Order: sequence, then C-alpha cells, then structure tokens
Amino acid sequence: MHSGILYSLGQSLREILTSLIGVPILVDLLMTIICATILLLIMATSALVFTLGERKICAFIQVRIGPNRVGPGGLLQSVADMLKLMDKEDIVPRGIDTWLWVLSPILLLVPSALIYAFFPFDDGVILADVNVGLFLLIAITSQTVLPFLMGGYSSNSKYALIGGMRTVAQMLGYEVPMVFALMGIVMITGSLKMSAIVEAQSDVWFIVLQPLAFLIYIITALVESNRPPFNIVEGESEIIAGPFTEYTGMRWALFFLAEFSNLMCIGILTTTLFLGGWHGPDFLPGFCWFWIKTFLCVLFYQWVGWTFPRARVDSMLSFGWKVLLPIALINVLLTGVGIYVYNVM
Amino acid sequence: MAQTEKYVLNMGPQHPSTHGVLQVQVELDGENIVGAKPVMGYLHRGIEKLMESRTYVQCVPFTDRLDYVSAMNNNLGFCMAVEKLAGIEVPERAEYIRVICAELNRIASHHVFIGSLTNDLGSATGMIYAFRDREKILDLFNIICGARMTAHYIRIGGVAADAQDEFLRDTQKFIDYVPEMLDEYNKLFSGNEIFQARMKKTSIITKEMALKFGMSGPNIRASGVDYDIRKIDKYGAYGKFDFDVPLGKRGDNWDRYMIRMKEIAESAKIIQQALDNMPEGPYMAKVPKVLRPPKGDAYHRVENTRGELGFYIVSDGSTKPYRVHIRRPSFVNLQALDTMCKGMLLADAVTAFATIDPLMGEVDC
Repeated sequence: MHSGILYSLGQSLREILTSLIGVPILVDLLMTIICATILLLIMATSALVFTLGERKICAFIQVRIGPNRVGPGGLLQSVADMLKLMDKEDIVPRGIDTWLWVLSPILLLVPSALIYAFFPFDDGVILADVNVGLFLLIAITSQTVLPFLMGGYSSNSKYALIGGMRTVAQMLGYEVPMVFALMGIVMITGSLKMSAIVEAQSDVWFIVLQPLAFLIYIITALVESNRPPFNIVEGESEIIAGPFTEYTGMRWALFFLAEFSNLMCIGILTTTLFLGGWHGPDFLPGFCWFWIKTFLCVLFYQWVGWTFPRARVDSMLSFGWKVLLPIALINVLLTGVGIYVYNVM
Repeated sequence: MAQTEKYVLNMGPQHPSTHGVLQVQVELDGENIVGAKPVMGYLHRGIEKLMESRTYVQCVPFTDRLDYVSAMNNNLGFCMAVEKLAGIEVPERAEYIRVICAELNRIASHHVFIGSLTNDLGSATGMIYAFRDREKILDLFNIICGARMTAHYIRIGGVAADAQDEFLRDTQKFIDYVPEMLDEYNKLFSGNEIFQARMKKTSIITKEMALKFGMSGPNIRASGVDYDIRKIDKYGAYGKFDFDVPLGKRGDNWDRYMIRMKEIAESAKIIQQALDNMPEGPYMAKVPKVLRPPKGDAYHRVENTRGELGFYIVSDGSTKPYRVHIRRPSFVNLQALDTMCKGMLLADAVTAFATIDPLMGEVDC
C-alpha cells in the first residue's frame, strides 16, 4: 500500500497507542491531535525560518548583507524579532469596532493553519484526505478575505479601509481564473482528492501537461498571498500597511505569521499541484523531495517579490478578468480536447 | 439606492512616500483622485530671514540645507550671486572644480530620484541599487571636502580646497562606471513591464501647462520645452563644455524618469570633459576678509537638479545682505501636483509626487 519513512513512523505510533489505550476512537483522536500539533509547529517554525530567509535572500538580491549581528551570522534574528514583537505595547486605537478588530488577526490565522490538514507531505501522510480536498482548500483560502476586510473596516482609519476594500476587489478578480486554471488538473486526475492528484503525477508532472494553468496559478497565487508585485492590499507606499495599519505588537505578529504561512502554503500548493508533490528519484525519501520543492518554490516567489515593482490596482484587476480568465477557460477547453484525444487513441 | 461620498485622505506629514514632511490632502472618490492639495510649511526654517542676520560668508552653509541632496548646486547658486554682486572674478580651475562637483551632485540627486521613485512604486530593491551608487559620489565628496551631503565646499570666490589627485582619479573611475550603472538600471526597472505600465501615459503635463506653472528643470524638459539654464546662461565654465539637453515628448511620468536617466549620462559627459581639460592655477580668488559688496542688487540663477534655482540678493553696503530671496524650483514645480493627480488613482499620486521630485527642505525653505 503506502511506503515511506513518515508513513511507517505514523503506523508504528498508531500501533503503540492502540496497545496502550485500545479504544479506536480515542487513538484516532490522539493521532489527530499529535498531527495537528506537528503541523502547527511546522507552521510556526517556517515563519521563523522564512523571516530569516526572506531577510537574507532579500539582502542578497538588494546587494546588502542583511542581519548579521544576532547569533552566528544573524541566525537568531527572527527569534529576536519575535521577542521584540511580544514586548511591544498593545495599542488599541480609539473609535474602533472592537469585536471585529480583535477577531480579525485571529480569524486570519485560523484558515491559514487549517489548510495544512489537506497537504500530502509524503506517501499516505496527510491529515485529512477528504474527497473534495482541492475544493475545500480553495474555499478555505478565500476565507482570508473576510478578516482582511474586517480589520480594514473596524480600524477607524481610511488607509485600512482602502486596503480592506482592495482585498475584496482583488479576490473577485483572481479567485475565478485560479479556480478555472486548477480545473484542468481536476479534469486530468478525475478527482478532487489531494492524494489522488499527487498520485496522478507519478509519471508526468502537471507542469508539463498544464503549462498554461501553471503560469496562471503562479500569478494568482502571488495575488492570493499578497506577495509583491501584487501586494496592493498592503502597498506600503500608498496605504501604509493596508488593513494592518493600526495593529501593533502580537496582533500585528499574527498577521505577519499568517502572511508567511500563506507564503509557504502557496509553495506547497505549487509543489503538490504542479511539481509532483513528494514524487522524486528514490535516493531521497518522499518528504525530502516535498520540502526541497516547496523551498525552491518559496524562494522563487520571494525572488519575484523582490525584483518587481508593485502593479496598480486597476491594471491588476483588468489583467485578472481580461487576460487570465480567458486563458484559463481556453486551458479548460484544450485540456478537454486533450483528454478526449488521449482516450480515443 | 446606494450612495457614495467623496472623502479626504491626509497623506502625510507622516507617510512613507512623501519624502519628507509634506502633507497632501487628497480628495478621493473611491480610489479615484478628485483633487490633491499640498500643504507645506512643516520644514520651514526661515532661511531667507536668517541670512539677513549673517555675513555673506556665513550664509553659504544655509544653502546646503535648502536642497540637501544637491548641496553643491545650491552653494554654487548663492556664491555666484554674491560674486556677481561684489564683482569677484573666479579662477578658471575653481570654475572647473565647481562644474565637476555640481554635476556629480546632479547625478547623486538623480540617484535619490530613481531610488525614491522605485521605492514608491513598491520595489525597495531599486532604491538600494540607486543608493549604492549614490554612495560612491558621496565618498568622492568625502575625499574633496570631508562632508558627504551638506558639503559647503563651494565658497565665495572659488572652492574651499583644491581638488586632490585622489579625487580626480576616483571621479574618473566613477565616470567610467556610469554606462554600466545605467545599463543595470535599465535592466532592472526601465525594461520592466509593470514599471512601464505605471509610468507611461500617467500624470501628463503638457507643454502649455508646464509653462503656465512656471516649472523648470527636468520636469519642464520632459514636457518638451528646451529650457536648460546651463545652456541659456552658460554660467561659470558651462559654456566650454559640449553636452546635449535631453527632451521629452509627452510629459508623462515615463518622460520625467527617462529625462533624468539621460541627464545622468550627459552629466558624466560634462565631468569627463572637465577632467580632461582641468587647468592648473589657484582655486580661490582674492576675496577680502570682510566682504562688503557695494550697494545694489543681483540675481543669479543656476540649473539646480530640480530646476531653476535663483538667488536675489540686495546689498546695503554692509557685511550682511539686506534681503535674500530664493527662487526654489521644487516649490514652483509642486504646484503641478493637483493637475497631475486629477483623474488618476491613489497609487498614481505617489508616482506623480515622486516624478516631480520635490525636496521638502527646498519647498519650505
């Protein structure tokens, strides 16, 4: 059935738990809790790693040195950043809509943590391999719009409000082409199950079969996660920080954490959907390939982000509706024809 | 029925993109700009008034603080006005050194323009590249006078110290580097699709409008008006050098950007000629210890990085100027902001502001 170190580790853990407790439901529950904890830890660590990575890579691209004072070679810089954020005063601005304002960063973090349940990290290593995995993923990621809008609306600041409104416009413009681009993959796989999508790429990666969808996905993923050149929601030279303008300290850190979690999430999704997931030559275990590809994707997204200037709102939206959507539809058509021809042959 | 309402957004005085303490009251309809009203005065130090209570020599450092990213040009303008008033002949070598310094500073100032423009367009990378190269020029100033930004190097009657061989050699090195530098900028931003989309055909100032606003410098040349005081007045040693005045066609943000890119190349050309023909001789004229220009007035204008910088000095025969008026190009150019922003998007206001390239030290004076 399944192979791989992570899978066998999980199986043996389950066996140990079964021999200790014996009740299958309790074992399942315990396994889920353990997995969820590990995923949350991965998420938190990745934020730390990516902060440092982003600083160092950004510095490299920008002909700077980057942080090099805290710890050996600046390795502990992100820890220092976190400590600094915790130490900061929690400023609550006057005239805010308190509930919305307080809930916004929390609600933003929840979906970006939730989607980690649907990622196949290795053969058979997936917390929730539901039948409508991809659909759920997209549904949950589009939830991030709401907290942004909440934060923007409740902050009692015009900059935040503009940022919040931009999120909505942006989501309308980009969710549609993204979904249609991913449609090609679903058509080829014949399933929305994440594990099935990875399984289908054991011979040929979808980047080969779906180059158009891949391009569209890269662009829309950058928009989805508010990465430059599409970081118009928080375009710092226009609207300071968009919805997070009025947040400080740990509240702001939650936004920050969600942003990095989203960055890793699009890296993982690119890997899973187009780059064959955990598939790779046999000399490394599957999860190693998975992480190598993910990190390369993240590196790519960061590289793009630090090279391009920010696109303007209107050109971005018209690009989404007038260019990406038609291409995505054409891609669906081509995929359909391709599948038909393949089946006939 | 849904109702919409216009609202006013205060950009500044604390805002990442106002390059100093300027407040712009932007009237918005959604994200479309209906009007933009610059509110200035946050950096007003009363330099004109301060000058009235200082001797002429003591006035020069104030000019450094006007347009603090091209201090040499300001020194030059004031010193030449005083020299005109007092009838001081400046030695040729000093004139050449002045030209080198002024043009180097023009390049450095354009670096700041490119850097802040790309930063405002959301690419911090561009800023760092421009500032890395600006650093090279500041190092040159460090060699020649010990100061980096507020140089106070050009003095009444000449320059503060002779240009050392080290300075001339390093300047030559920098000039050799300029084509490579411009090439890198072109690769990094000028050729970028997003950059072009944001710059082209936005915030257009026509020839007529530019003339009406009394704009000057790269801003008016971008609109296609051939107006370069270095060419018209041929002040100092500028008459001896061969250089072109790049002109724009449409007067949009892109033209204003490209003009400055081309001007960097032209400035490098001037510096190269000055280095090749550098005359020997004194670097300072015989200026009396206590300078008492005769009664009268003098106006002298120079082509500052941002446009026509004029100093009008009235002397009552004493050691201090009776009245100094400074015609600041940034102040005049900033008038166009409202016209440039109307009908554009909020993101364009930032670009428009960056391409006018005003400097708050000069606007508020």
